[in-house]
Amino acid sequence: MSLDNLSRRRALGLGLGALVIGAAGCGGGGGGPKQAQAPATTAAATEYTGPSVSLKFWNGFTGGDGPVMKKLVDQFNAEHQNIKVSMNVYQWADYYAKVPAAVSAGQGPDLGIMHVDSVATNAARQVVLPLDDVANALSLTEADFSPPVWKAGAYKGARYSIPLDVHPLGMFYNKTVMKQAGLDPEQPPKTGEEYMTALEALKKAGIQGHWATPFPFTGSMQFGTLLYQNGGQLFADDAGVSRFAEDPGVHALTWLVDLVNKGYSPKNVGQDADFIALQNGKAAFNWNGIWSINTLKEIKNLEWGVAPLPQIGAKPAAWAGSHQFVVFKQRTPDQNKLTAAKVFINWISGHSLEWAKGGQVPARKSIRDSAEFAALKEQATIGTQIDYLYFLPSVAGIGDASAVVDQAINAAILLKKSPKDALTEAAAKADKILEANRKKYGA
Amino acid sequence: MVAISAKKAAGRDVRVPRSGKATPYLFLAPYLILFSVFVLAPALFGIWVSLHDWDYMLEGKPFVGLDNYTALFDDQSPVYGDFWMSMRATGIFTVFSVPFLVVLPLGVALLLNRPFRGRTLFRGLFFAPFVLGVAVVCLIWRLLLDPNLGLVDWILGTPIPWTTATPWAWIALVGVTVWWTLGFNAVIYLAGMQDIPRELYDAAKVDGAGRWGAFVHVTLPGLRPVALFVVTTTILASANMFGQSYLLTQGAPGGETRTAIMYMLQQGLREYKMGSASAMSYLLTLLLILVSVVNFRLFRTRS
Repeated sequence: MSLDNLSRRRALGLGLGALVIGAAGCGGGGGGPKQAQAPATTAAATEYTGPSVSLKFWNGFTGGDGPVMKKLVDQFNAEHQNIKVSMNVYQWADYYAKVPAAVSAGQGPDLGIMHVDSVATNAARQVVLPLDDVANALSLTEADFSPPVWKAGAYKGARYSIPLDVHPLGMFYNKTVMKQAGLDPEQPPKTGEEYMTALEALKKAGIQGHWATPFPFTGSMQFGTLLYQNGGQLFADDAGVSRFAEDPGVHALTWLVDLVNKGYSPKNVGQDADFIALQNGKAAFNWNGIWSINTLKEIKNLEWGVAPLPQIGAKPAAWAGSHQFVVFKQRTPDQNKLTAAKVFINWISGHSLEWAKGGQVPARKSIRDSAEFAALKEQATIGTQIDYLYFLPSVAGIGDASAVVDQAINAAILLKKSPKDALTEAAAKADKILEANRKKYGA
Repeated sequence: MVAISAKKAAGRDVRVPRSGKATPYLFLAPYLILFSVFVLAPALFGIWVSLHDWDYMLEGKPFVGLDNYTALFDDQSPVYGDFWMSMRATGIFTVFSVPFLVVLPLGVALLLNRPFRGRTLFRGLFFAPFVLGVAVVCLIWRLLLDPNLGLVDWILGTPIPWTTATPWAWIALVGVTVWWTLGFNAVIYLAGMQDIPRELYDAAKVDGAGRWGAFVHVTLPGLRPVALFVVTTTILASANMFGQSYLLTQGAPGGETRTAIMYMLQQGLREYKMGSASAMSYLLTLLLILVSVVNFRLFRTRS
């Protein structure tokens, strides 16, 4: 749920000791004064006519999404003679550590991508610049996107990011396995009742249908989904306090733990084991991210489908992340570069159908509603959930508090603690973290 | 050269000094500069950082005195529970991994020190895993040890949760680490053994010592300096364990196998609470210094 979890393929080389932490702090010594940089509030352009500029564009698209973005960048460069965008890719975990350090050293890139739940933190830390003028000049409003996605990019009344995509969870299912249990593979379960009936049928056929993973990927996302379906929320709207330990949360986590207790899931599901089990026919269902589409497509002889998440609780809800464009603060702002960056953001956003093919739902409504997107069957199916996705409150340091929830979910699904105890303990801890962050970021 | 030619030119017995007072320091300088810039200065700066609420991107870095340290001992603070759980994890790992990493490589080195066909091959084989990076090692073992899909459980015919429940996770973490780094310590021992003079073994034989006697009275004492090195570096390496927990167990269950370094990383570089992370680092460092001192004392009194 925190940005940490978004980068499963992240960061294998983080061997760090005590000194590194000191050294990282050291980088700020020469960081110069941190006065708020006045945003250039001239109208953003959709065209750039100034002298040639080159833009550094950093992101963490290390998977199959990297080449897709590279292709878009190449196309952009070919169509814009006076703007040259060069793209650098890092593991997300490295990226989030590197970018602030680079910005502070005056070596930062011009623009980049951030997960929506990192935007507020980076806005508070003055890593990224307000982009209200981009939105104004391009006449972008929440109606062009979807209200929760759009709102999630605002911090303290200013806009800091422009949505590129949303990547929700969907329910992936193995058709062969469903047939084995006598289920109709063209009619995947839609409600909690249907889901339980299906799991029971699978159990009778000797199949554990839904492997309940205790790990953030995607166990925490499943928990969040169920919590919101039950009418709860992770944190209060202003993130003043945590709310995940209230009844809706306890019910959500109990539902997941019961999958294990009732034999619909094995105990001790390892990292990624749930997704592997779907692929090799040991599980029928896997609630996973839309980015899994291309992975599954590459597996020969696997008959699979994807549907919106079943509605287990009182109302539909689904976890989603969102990649958003940000512009980084520079020591000496260059108006030409800023304008060019805005042109780039607008252009990519307008071409996000290509991006969708990499396994995403475009944030832009006009593209989501297009016939071309509807032709991407799997993406479009998951995309139907757009109106009831949930996002974390746009509060600096919110990821710190949601990391605590991950531990609680882990302990509960591994049957170390009862759902209620695990969540109550985590809530007490999260509240302290929220309080400390309010002090730190001056909310 | 300068001194010699000066002597010849003068034709008298005047000693031109070959080195001045600064010479040793000049020789040390290249390392000393690197050490100061990249180790000493950051370490000292870390103390300064630990006395503040430090986020290098924020303008305000309020001085908080010893608050970051007292928070580690205050059970009402947000870090207390997680920090000590992580210290406990590091402690458990160190206590159980160090004996294996000190004793097993010694046995391996003894075997590899004997003449037999294919000795070089086996020396290579035992060292080979060490060449692999922690990511490779842990991804391989994570799949092999998966509680439901792994090869290890399949072969054993057991449903042991190697990566998701204690104490199994500790056995997995220690086992993988031993498999991975055993070769390194073995090579150090091996080098040490080859430094022990042959005459000592001959003398032992003359005095009637068998293989065991020679091992206890010649090999072990001969290895003392090497063993001190091995024990010290192994304790430090184990106490700094990070990658294995990060990749193999992700701290499961519920953070029980999250090590101190992992938690400091979370605090310092993910949550940007560098003051707090530095304070934790200093506490860990202090404990490790104590352990190292005890360690040196033990090896000294024996001689």
